[in-house]
Amino acid sequence: MDFDFIIGHLNYWLFIVLMMTGLYIVIAKGNLVKKIVGLNIFQTAVFMFYISIGKVENGTAPIFPMDMNVDPSVAYSNPLPHVLILTAIVVGIATTSLGLALVVRIHEAFGTIEEDDLLKIERDMATREYELHGSAMGGRA
Amino acid sequence: MASETTHDVAHTAMTLIDQLPVLQILIPLVAAPLLVLLGTKRLSWAITFIASVLAFAVSIALLWLVKDGGFISYELGGWAPPLGIEYRVDAANAFVLLLISGISTVILPFAYTSVRAEIAERHHTLFYSCYLLCLTGLLGVVITGDAFNVFVFLEISSLSTYALIATGAGKNKRALTAAYDYLVMGTIGATFFVIGLGFLYMATGTLNMADIAERIADQGANRTIQAAFAFIIVGMGLKAAIYPLHLWLPNAYTYAPSAVTVFLAATATKAAIYVILRFSFSVFQPEFMFETLTFEYLVLPLALLAMFAASFIAIFQTDLKRLLAYSSLAQIGYMLLGIALMNETGITAAIVHLFNHGITKAVLFMGVGAIVLRTGSSFLYRIQGMGRVMPVTAAAMVVGGLSLIGVPGTAGFISKWVLVQGALEKGWWPIAVLIVLSSLLAVIYVWRMVEILYLSSPVVGADKREAPLTMTIPMVIMAGACVYFGFATDITIGASTTAAQGLLGGTTGMIEVIETATQAGH
Repeated sequence: MDFDFIIGHLNYWLFIVLMMTGLYIVIAKGNLVKKIVGLNIFQTAVFMFYISIGKVENGTAPIFPMDMNVDPSVAYSNPLPHVLILTAIVVGIATTSLGLALVVRIHEAFGTIEEDDLLKIERDMATREYELHGSAMGGRA
Repeated sequence: MASETTHDVAHTAMTLIDQLPVLQILIPLVAAPLLVLLGTKRLSWAITFIASVLAFAVSIALLWLVKDGGFISYELGGWAPPLGIEYRVDAANAFVLLLISGISTVILPFAYTSVRAEIAERHHTLFYSCYLLCLTGLLGVVITGDAFNVFVFLEISSLSTYALIATGAGKNKRALTAAYDYLVMGTIGATFFVIGLGFLYMATGTLNMADIAERIADQGANRTIQAAFAFIIVGMGLKAAIYPLHLWLPNAYTYAPSAVTVFLAATATKAAIYVILRFSFSVFQPEFMFETLTFEYLVLPLALLAMFAASFIAIFQTDLKRLLAYSSLAQIGYMLLGIALMNETGITAAIVHLFNHGITKAVLFMGVGAIVLRTGSSFLYRIQGMGRVMPVTAAAMVVGGLSLIGVPGTAGFISKWVLVQGALEKGWWPIAVLIVLSSLLAVIYVWRMVEILYLSSPVVGADKREAPLTMTIPMVIMAGACVYFGFATDITIGASTTAAQGLLGGTTGMIEVIETATQAGH
């Protein structure tokens, strides 16, 4: 693992940093909107990873000349990962919008989008259910 | 190449049979937006049902064609694989397709009543539209032979599932947080899966599963392929709710509308298990040391843990839906155990159990749904004694419960029997003992359900009537299937054995059953 290796794989290092940043935000942040943002960063890291795979050494943009006289000595980068990532971006947008829509509905129903408060409300609901259940079943449960 | 292909197509008559693989996906996919465009609430259920019946018919035809061990390769848009997207049907996925479309068809009459009771009427059209998209996604995940296509269909089914779970908010607002949690975890899972595919593409330069398998076999194991395997198993593990990755499942199943719970419990995790099977055996080489070690030292203990821990948690639940959700986690453990045995009998057991557990859980969750219709709740204290006033529903649930335990004469017995055989074949008799012991835990929670249903008097305020026929008929059909597949094992074990052989042997030795139009031209 020499200096050239580290610099030469810079985009892969950045991919891992971005991915971990996103994942950390999803896990550590209590605000539901921030979690969605973290999820977005996490997904964006993957886009970077795919586009890095597509790069061919000394390759140029994969666009053929208009007259289709392709010079066989010219190396082209692989366009397929870019196309795949277009699909993944669309999926990402759909996920984000659905996630945010759910956050709006959660805010309407619970009055908060902080995870700690939500957990507390849900715990209280569960406790009340258990008490009801316990008394109905003769105090056993 | 494109011109060459179109040239061939133009000279060959295409029959309907050639198009079956794509029709399997197209029928529900086209019906989904059709519902929204027509916008009529009455027609939406009818169109959904018709689409589902057609998809079921197609999957029966597909299984019929491949049941003797052949496969069908369909080239999407006439682009030949490995460059084009390929739908590849063999016994393994035809069987799972049959399960998904069959369950969907049988539970739709049930859903008609259940959805009317649990979801506001203005949402019905969108609900059925999401349902069809979910069906499309699950069928697509199973039928496709293109690795990236799996991700696309996975997200179609996942996104519609999140929306379907959230429709339970009208009854209990916790459905929203359950859907949100599932969205976050499901997206992390799907993204891990895509990272895994990226590594696979990096190592092989192709996305066609059969092609990837060939190239991996040529180059052998290396770090990139190991990373791909790890990401794919963890990503799909989240979707399949492998034990420590299961946190989204209990809440999602408990708070989703009853009809959605039935559909998800019977099909969604099964599709994910199928993908794990397909990638572990048809894409990666099962001979790879790292794969064998992963299954033996990681998946196997986790599967055993799921069988015991989840069953144990199920015993103490106060909500019948949540009890059954934890039992589902335990049953996923049995399927994983079958995969982790890594022999033909084990994989056969995993596929048979995938099918048998699908129909068993469909009966049980439909029973809960019918009781919820009458009592408005699935809490154990609210449904006490409902077995006395709903004899058909409760009887179907008892059959389902027996199948869950694995009592001889029910479908659940067959899969556990094959699983025990697989463990013994490997010489792992302690595992066989553990399978039997964990079934005893199932006896406890199933007995709890029976006790609540029969051995107490009905609560005041419940609507003391049997469920309507639209609900009891699907339940009786499914309960009948539980018993039928407990005796007639030719279909299930036959198809599963062919499937397991196909998964282990790869498609190299298989005969193609249908010469597709493009190939007929060559």
